[in-house]
Amino acid sequence: MGEDGESPKINHSFLRDYVTEADVISTVEFNQTGDLLATGDKGGRVVIFQRETESKDESEELGESGEYNVYSTFQSHEPDFDYLKSLEIEEKINKIRWLPQQNAAHFLLSTNDKTIKLWKVSERDKRPEGYNLKDEEGRIKDISTVTSLRVPVLKPTDLMVEVRPRRIFANGHTYHVNSISVNSDGETYLSADDLRINMWHLDITDRSFNIVDIKPANMEDLTEVITAAEFHPQHCHLFVYSSSKGTLRLCDMRESALCDKHSKIFEEPEDPGNRSFFSEIISSVSDVKFSHSGRYLLTRDYLTVKVWDLNMEKGPVETYQVHEYLRSKLCSLYENDCIFDKFECVWNSTDSVIMTGAYNSFFRMFDRETGRGVTLEAWRESSKPRAVLRTRRIYTGGRRRRGDVGVDSLDFTKKILHMAWHPAENIIAIAATNNLYIFQDRVNAENL
Amino acid sequence: MFSKGTKRKFSDGGEAISDESLLGARVASSYSLQRQSLLDMSLIKLQLCHMLVEPNLCRSVLIANTVRQIQEEMTHDGSWHMVTEAFCSAGQSPSERLVATEVLCRSREQDAEPKLFSVISYEGCREEEVVADETLCSVSVSNTVSNVCLAGRMGQCWEKSELSGVERDEEVLEDSRLGSGEDEEIATEDGASTESPKTIGQVFGTFEIKNGSPGPDSALEELFSDVDTSYYDLDTMLTGMQSAPKMGPYDLLDSLAPSHSSPSIVSTPNCRSDLNELDHIMEIIVGS
Repeated sequence: MGEDGESPKINHSFLRDYVTEADVISTVEFNQTGDLLATGDKGGRVVIFQRETESKDESEELGESGEYNVYSTFQSHEPDFDYLKSLEIEEKINKIRWLPQQNAAHFLLSTNDKTIKLWKVSERDKRPEGYNLKDEEGRIKDISTVTSLRVPVLKPTDLMVEVRPRRIFANGHTYHVNSISVNSDGETYLSADDLRINMWHLDITDRSFNIVDIKPANMEDLTEVITAAEFHPQHCHLFVYSSSKGTLRLCDMRESALCDKHSKIFEEPEDPGNRSFFSEIISSVSDVKFSHSGRYLLTRDYLTVKVWDLNMEKGPVETYQVHEYLRSKLCSLYENDCIFDKFECVWNSTDSVIMTGAYNSFFRMFDRETGRGVTLEAWRESSKPRAVLRTRRIYTGGRRRRGDVGVDSLDFTKKILHMAWHPAENIIAIAATNNLYIFQDRVNAENL
Repeated sequence: MFSKGTKRKFSDGGEAISDESLLGARVASSYSLQRQSLLDMSLIKLQLCHMLVEPNLCRSVLIANTVRQIQEEMTHDGSWHMVTEAFCSAGQSPSERLVATEVLCRSREQDAEPKLFSVISYEGCREEEVVADETLCSVSVSNTVSNVCLAGRMGQCWEKSELSGVERDEEVLEDSRLGSGEDEEIATEDGASTESPKTIGQVFGTFEIKNGSPGPDSALEELFSDVDTSYYDLDTMLTGMQSAPKMGPYDLLDSLAPSHSSPSIVSTPNCRSDLNELDHIMEIIVGS
């Protein structure tokens, strides 16, 4: 697959590898049309990019246009302090999810560890002029100077993007929120923390329904936490949540109000040949995504991505090795905490390709039809705008080719955790620390 | 870890029994040493998450589960003989077999080159690589020393001195993760390797107060006895109004009590715990 195009986020760093902690991107999400791309960072800011549409000629070639430029930036969450526990509440944006568009304005949900906010993003490109009681600067006129009445008219102005918080869903979570997911009914959404999942109505902020609670009566007995959750893309009563033990639970809200009892549980039996003290940790699912069709689930654990068929609970239908060469390094990765890194995974628009991140600024794509995987790199030094990405290889033995990267020279600080795939086209957004890379597929552009 | 280049010959039954058992004993002690170091590493990780930001519960749970797993295994083990009996008995199901036990049961397995100590694996750490980059770590070659190295830009190394009898010193660990806000600095600690199941609860205890349940640390209990804990009922208050006695770095170690009579395990001297309690109380009073 040839890909090109790069729009890095503007970040001027004078020291080469110096990264401002607050600029580290923590989530990336396209909206339902793909025209807008939102990123959240550790500093609590949200940056929205908009795709350029060249409206010059009608017969514009798909894929030719489409540079993403900054549309709006706003501070979503501020750092907070929990006085009772004497602990800070990070402002880092954990997830952003767009609502389906219903009118001219766009809505998105953004969440940090504790609070979810609904933001309205609207454009204003006209303003009324010619008030009777106010002058141009907005000062109240002296009534005695008004001699005639006129009707204010709307005059075009420069485009202004306004972002306003419309709802704040606070105090719903004791533990850290790791996922939010908008329901297909367009009215509700779920938010999941380590031990509980709540369902909210978008218009109601002062209460939520608790639909899953896995907190044990005695915290000493706690052995499993919720790691991700998502609503089914079509069935508004179904959702799935993943756990740190590598299980997926599909729940049907029609069965009971509290969905502690799952409808289906997806679990792969442990491979006895690979068992070690780290088996459980590497089986922990860091991300779960429904396919667009709603038939499959995609999960990411530390070393693999797996595709599950909703109709088959006993194991995944496909397993792809992301970086199996790390299996012998698990102890070191445990020591430096890299083994706890939470990688995301995404489907392409047709559910034929899956993608996930790895270390050393690498990310992996797997073609489900052929079963083959490819390694690509998101690194400023090695890609120029509009250059074709070349595939990379990790050297794990055999004949070493030029350009192969040895396992021991991988940079574990450069991790690709967050990414998004355009809902309709082959455009991907990759977050690499504080940079955002947008890659576009040229080859298939004409086929879309 | 066996120093590079040493080939361990597959010894038949023809060899002297003492040689084989000596090799086995060395292997077993290496395995338990490495298991011990994994346990210590995990305990340190659990202790050090009391920072400004609330610790990651998922990470804590996974580390605690690892600790439990090691603990379970250590209670089932006890001595070399027990291990061989348990794992080398005929018909042992593969699911019970940790890779490390391949070493212990070499005479019965047919693997050409078993993955030695995959539990704590150092395959990627070649001696010459480590020596070449001195900033990473220093290597002491000894078959009872375990080195953990991640070459490349991590620049991190954990070095342990030789185990002699029941005493062991841990070197200072420096975590030089780039771009991470966490700052883990581990003070030199002595011994203290076993833990009781209560430790797990104490770790998660930071997330809520345990109403009325008697903590093992009575000094802390007294300190907070005037706090009205009924107010912090999780079930009725969704605003996350819980707290627990904030634990200093020494508390987990203090509460470690030797619960198993494993001969190779060191128990914390009791006089040290009094001193640390005092330190902790001073910390709270001074508000450091």
